[in-house]
Amino acid sequence: MKPLWKRLYDWVDERVELVGLVEFLGKKYVPVHRHSLWYYFGGVSLFLFIIQVITGILLLLYYKSGEELAFESIQFIMSKVQFGWLIRSIHSWAANLFILAALIHMFSVYFTKAYRKPREMTWVTGMLMFFLALGFGFSGYLLPWNELAFFATKVGTDIAGALPFIGKPVMVFLRGGEDVTGATLSRMFGFHIALFPGIFTVLLGIHLVLVQRQGMSEPLGFEGEPTTERKTMPFFPNFLLRDLLLWLLVLNILAILAVIFPWELGRKADPFSSAPAGIKPEWYFLFMFQTLKYIPAQVLFIDGEVLGIVLFGLAGLLWTFVPFWDRRSSRGERNRFTNYIGIFAVIYIILFTIVGWLS
Amino acid sequence: MIGNIESDMANESRIASTDESKRDFLKYVLGGGIIAWLAAVLYPVLAYLNPPKQGEVEVSSVKAGKVKDIEKDSGTIVRFGNKPVILVRASSGEFRAFSATCTHLDCTVQYRKDLGVIWCACHNGKYDLAGRNIAGPPPRPLDEFKVIVQDEDVLISKKA
Repeated sequence: MKPLWKRLYDWVDERVELVGLVEFLGKKYVPVHRHSLWYYFGGVSLFLFIIQVITGILLLLYYKSGEELAFESIQFIMSKVQFGWLIRSIHSWAANLFILAALIHMFSVYFTKAYRKPREMTWVTGMLMFFLALGFGFSGYLLPWNELAFFATKVGTDIAGALPFIGKPVMVFLRGGEDVTGATLSRMFGFHIALFPGIFTVLLGIHLVLVQRQGMSEPLGFEGEPTTERKTMPFFPNFLLRDLLLWLLVLNILAILAVIFPWELGRKADPFSSAPAGIKPEWYFLFMFQTLKYIPAQVLFIDGEVLGIVLFGLAGLLWTFVPFWDRRSSRGERNRFTNYIGIFAVIYIILFTIVGWLS
Repeated sequence: MIGNIESDMANESRIASTDESKRDFLKYVLGGGIIAWLAAVLYPVLAYLNPPKQGEVEVSSVKAGKVKDIEKDSGTIVRFGNKPVILVRASSGEFRAFSATCTHLDCTVQYRKDLGVIWCACHNGKYDLAGRNIAGPPPRPLDEFKVIVQDEDVLISKKA
């Protein structure tokens, strides 16, 4: 008698022919070189996303949306529900670590030029997921309906409202009215738990299929080396086991952070109180927030914040389409220009984040 | 013979051109139909996304409190309909009221006793006690409201 798992495997195999898949996994190799470390950050981002889905579903069992219910339901989760504080803290911490891991993944792909032909679509789907991740952060931030979130959402949606022509309708669409109210909370809740996860899952599917189909990108110059000198590692099980070990490590870090630094809830939002002193957005919006502080109210007849969003929008667009304008990397040539842009972006973001943090 | 062939070719091209115009006609009907169908599906969805206008409570004036209860050199947020208004009492005892919504990015301002200005915590915008934007990113002064002291009550109303 065959063991149960073997019989199960045969049952499926008989119907859908798993041979091809098994053969594919057996032949998948990961290049080994001095930049191999960066291959792990995509996997870490994926792991943190999975954590978000699981803890998000758990929070949904008790969370109630609505001006009069949201704050109180999170208070309930954190004080009455067994381990509710842990689940909520992990969700908040994992959200931040997810953005961090995705940022590292994005910059490492950028600097190793892994976006070059034929991986343009992998890069673009990755960028779209990154923008969605920021959307997840922004929409999720309001859900506890606390003071900081209330004003952050006012500012964030008002910035969208400053866009020429489409600004006003976009702002009303995001707020569900003229002002930030319970209607805004309902919308953000819908975006956060239905719209964004749906789109994200489709993009993630495409992204992962492309990575499997095309294999890992090798750094420029690696292709020139003779095949005998290229070192590789089988994906299954060698790389996968390393991946899993790192996931376990990340889960431990997450648990430590959530236990030692539980996420605060703050004070309930009150539309008739002043914005509290020291109010700041989440760290990943801080560099843009700090830039807005420095742009004067009017620059050559253009409103300061309009100039700010137009500039950041253009920068984001250029960044997303780097595989299409960096032709030299696609031809396998060195392109220092894109490196300089990348270094400028990293320095700008780090510098303005620190200044924003300190001020 | 040759004439026959020529007329045959002419016939064929005529048939081809009526075929083509028939096909064009069908293309327009189908294409137009698809566009009309899309519009019929999308219009209700887009209209649904646009939130209905909520009947705003029309308020012409509100009572902010009694004169003796409001300290000199202080500011409070007063609910005016569904908008916040800041009532400032200068150290001279004079009352002033402005819309509390910062003209920069919609935050709610507060009175800073230490600086003697109206201040927005979000982006460090400052207004003087006449509501004029004096520092930071605010592009416009705060809208002013009228303050009337009637007997002991402080009343705030919209400027005509």
